[in-house]
Amino acid sequence: MSEDTRDGTVTQTLDASGLACPMPIVRTRQAIDKIASGDLLEVISTDRGSLRDIPAWAESTGHTLLEVDDAGDRFTFLIQKG
Amino acid sequence: MDDGIERMTIICWSGEMDKVWPQYILATTGAAYGMEVTMFCTFWGLFPLKRPEVKITGDNWMTKAMGVMNNQRISHLNFGGVGTKMLRTIAKKHKVEPPEALIATAQELGVRLAPCQMTMDLMGLTRDDLIDGLEEPLGAAAAMANMQRSSINLFI
Repeated sequence: MSEDTRDGTVTQTLDASGLACPMPIVRTRQAIDKIASGDLLEVISTDRGSLRDIPAWAESTGHTLLEVDDAGDRFTFLIQKG
Repeated sequence: MDDGIERMTIICWSGEMDKVWPQYILATTGAAYGMEVTMFCTFWGLFPLKRPEVKITGDNWMTKAMGVMNNQRISHLNFGGVGTKMLRTIAKKHKVEPPEALIATAQELGVRLAPCQMTMDLMGLTRDDLIDGLEEPLGAAAAMANMQRSSINLFI
């Protein structure tokens, strides 16, 4: 995981590229456990299933999915920890 | 009884690779959802928890025979092991974690792996024959108590 600052809020980036189901969600969970409530986590995945998995997971676990970017073979999600 | 913890119990009955895979995919996903996940590993579902070097001894030819049945191969189109190898190769190409790695991930996420005492007795296995980090061996009644408290129960 890398760290940068965006608009004053700490953003962690998790690069889950190349991982297949269920690992993007498993790694996302582990990453979100390490940040504070309200902080942002950016997840990059190449698993097409993530397009449905990450929104379902975020809704169920009380986090907010702020953005989804579908670049065809690379998907970026911005999640705010609940 | 509602303590706010969401639970899932998976009764792992099969040791066939194409069933062990979803057992541990769903277990790790449940853990990622923040659930307390218990896997009750019974009959052939106990085999993936054996140390690799351990052979099933059993008491007689019947329990010995159980050791070679339904184990670490796929349930359909196995073709004497070729099908299983092919599936592993395809999975690797698509970066799908092999069952062994998913079991390790499940343990890392705190999934509770509970061996079935009766199966251990049948197969002549002791705690030392099984991988580290398992729960105490259970019986059906303890598994039932877990299932009663779980909102998701699966038999695979």
